[in-house]
Amino acid sequence: MIKSIKTWILVGFASLLLVACGQGGGGAGSKKSKTLDNTKKAGFVKCGVSQGLPGFSNADASGNWSGIDVDVCRAVAAAVLGDADKVKYTPLSAKERFTALTSGEIDVLARNTTWTLSRDADIGLTFVGVNFYDGQGFMVRKNSGINSVNDFKNGISACTNTGTTTELNMRDFFNSKNISYEPIAFEKADEVVQAYDAGRCDTYTTDKSGLAAQRTKMSNPDEHKVLPETISKEPLGPVVRQGDAVWEDIVRWSLNTMIEAEEYGVNSSNASSLKDSENPAIKRLVGSEGELGAAFGLDNDWSLRIIEQVGNYGESYKKHIADTGILPNRGPNQLWTKGGILYVPPAR
Amino acid sequence: MIFKKFNIENKKARDLIPQAITVLALLSVIIYFATNAQINMGNRGISFGFGFLNQEASFDITFSMIEYDGSHSYGRAFLVGLLNTILVSVIGIFFATIMGVVVGISRLSDNYLIAKVAEWYVEIFRNIPLILQIFFWYFAALRALPLPENGISFYDISFLTIKGWYVPKFIWTNFNIFLLSVIAAFIAIYFINSYATKQREQFGKQLPTTTISLATLIILPLITFLLLGVSLTFEYPVLKQLSPTVFTYAGGVSIIPELIALALALSMYTATFIAENVRAGILGVGKGQKEAAASIGLNKNQILKLVVMPQALRIIIPPTTNQYLNLTKNSSLAAAIAYPDIVLVFAGTALMQTGRAIEIISITMLTYLTLSISISIFMNWYNKKMAIKEK
Repeated sequence: MIKSIKTWILVGFASLLLVACGQGGGGAGSKKSKTLDNTKKAGFVKCGVSQGLPGFSNADASGNWSGIDVDVCRAVAAAVLGDADKVKYTPLSAKERFTALTSGEIDVLARNTTWTLSRDADIGLTFVGVNFYDGQGFMVRKNSGINSVNDFKNGISACTNTGTTTELNMRDFFNSKNISYEPIAFEKADEVVQAYDAGRCDTYTTDKSGLAAQRTKMSNPDEHKVLPETISKEPLGPVVRQGDAVWEDIVRWSLNTMIEAEEYGVNSSNASSLKDSENPAIKRLVGSEGELGAAFGLDNDWSLRIIEQVGNYGESYKKHIADTGILPNRGPNQLWTKGGILYVPPAR
Repeated sequence: MIFKKFNIENKKARDLIPQAITVLALLSVIIYFATNAQINMGNRGISFGFGFLNQEASFDITFSMIEYDGSHSYGRAFLVGLLNTILVSVIGIFFATIMGVVVGISRLSDNYLIAKVAEWYVEIFRNIPLILQIFFWYFAALRALPLPENGISFYDISFLTIKGWYVPKFIWTNFNIFLLSVIAAFIAIYFINSYATKQREQFGKQLPTTTISLATLIILPLITFLLLGVSLTFEYPVLKQLSPTVFTYAGGVSIIPELIALALALSMYTATFIAENVRAGILGVGKGQKEAAASIGLNKNQILKLVVMPQALRIIIPPTTNQYLNLTKNSSLAAAIAYPDIVLVFAGTALMQTGRAIEIISITMLTYLTLSISISIFMNWYNKKMAIKEK
């Protein structure tokens, strides 16, 4: 008798709990930016990065993240919260990244992610721009005698990361050349490097910037070289969830501000002194003219803070990619005024 | 009043209602999460459906037991992954069982050295996390293997290299006739055995069933070679140069190192647990049983086969079933070393390329559930067969 009453009470309690939960549910979007409100409430930007790719997003020994992808998150934090350091980084594998974003675990994905039609349209994501123009290449051992992709023969084994566009490009490439190959796809970049380094595969293929960065992790970097050919377009850029237009705009224009600042010669050291510049474009950038921030619900110094705390795109590139020896040449990632393809819509 | 009625006068209702409420509560939890997921997915413009299974996968897989390339569908890629999971599980269970039985018996050996080696083996491999053992066999052992041009050769027909173990390929003609003859042999063996049992039980005659069975298994297929036009030739792997310093083998079959490392790690690890089960099973048979068997004149082999093992198996089978299930589920760690199992291929690459997390993870979970339940059903059947039949 006593036991049975206990059961009843337990069951009743459980049902009550359920009803309470049911009323708290939902998660519907609104016209205002829920992500912006949540970020302000939390006091930090939730940013998804790689598990360690030098130059893009890499943690040092004391756990400080740096890289040009990290700088996008820092720029958003500077614009929204006023402090570029208020970012919470979540390292993600290629496989986890989109789920982490769509499920709300992170709010910005800055993880050397290629912008493609299917990703943009299909899986609830929105790409906001390009912060690095890359292309897929191949790495081989210097002594292999392979000097170009035309030297690949039937039976070659190629290592790469699973869940990436590289896996698909690789197939397109070898099929178009009519070469049969052995694809070996690992989940983590570190394991790809280890397997290639051990001799499990003859070539390692991924984005060229990635190859240059991973080469530094090999047991003997000088034994390896990157082949000259580029087999695909890989525009890498930050991604946000679909359905929050304001947040999307904030991230897009945080990146654009960095590129625009370089174009107008505004950098972290001279930004505040340019408040009285003759050029209205510069004045808009440093917040002394117009009311641009109001469009996103931000104050007028949002772009000045980005430039002061994070720097312009050129500074970021120099610090993380060029000076670290990964890719000294800016190649396509140069401003359109200097022969590259970096071109952003005007901030006005 | 109501309570009294339920409790005393209507036991069935009393038992039923809490259960019904629990089921309802569980259902509402599921419905709550499903609706929530639906709302969230709707907000983010993600659709739900299984139509993607017919789309072109457009990624390649290293190793497949059925014909597959990127032009096949995601559904086909799922099948490739599933078969690879089953393959590594079957290989793992096979070797884990053999090693487990050998090590388990060795631990009870009177020979000090054998018993100690077996004990050390169990203690070491049981206490290191499986994922580390997989990495060890893959990355440490892999580096120790030679490049193809220096491959370890077995009579020049098989080569072990860092890129895999290249073995001769069997090329059959009239393979189905051969297969039929093997099946026929097994059916014949079944009848021979039941006839022998009858003879023994009715007339006390001992027939040499093992010899007869083996002979049937060899002779029947042999006849197909000699009379029915079955033939078998081999295609041997040959070293092939791809560039001045890059070599590989062409022809033959390549057993990829990922499969070798994974099967090795899984069977070495699981064998330790099976060995302990076997030891416990044998120790669990009373000493008096052996003495009684000896006293009616059975020899040592007969004691083991007819008295000890049938009783020990009853103790061994149930926990060993668990180990088989564990091994199958543990095979999902394959993704760490690029063995294309269902987790890497389907819950990995296919999930990434399609972005259909909920659909793909559900399918994968259901698949493992089905695999595990199939193993359970089979082992329970075997256990019942081995259980005491009271006459």
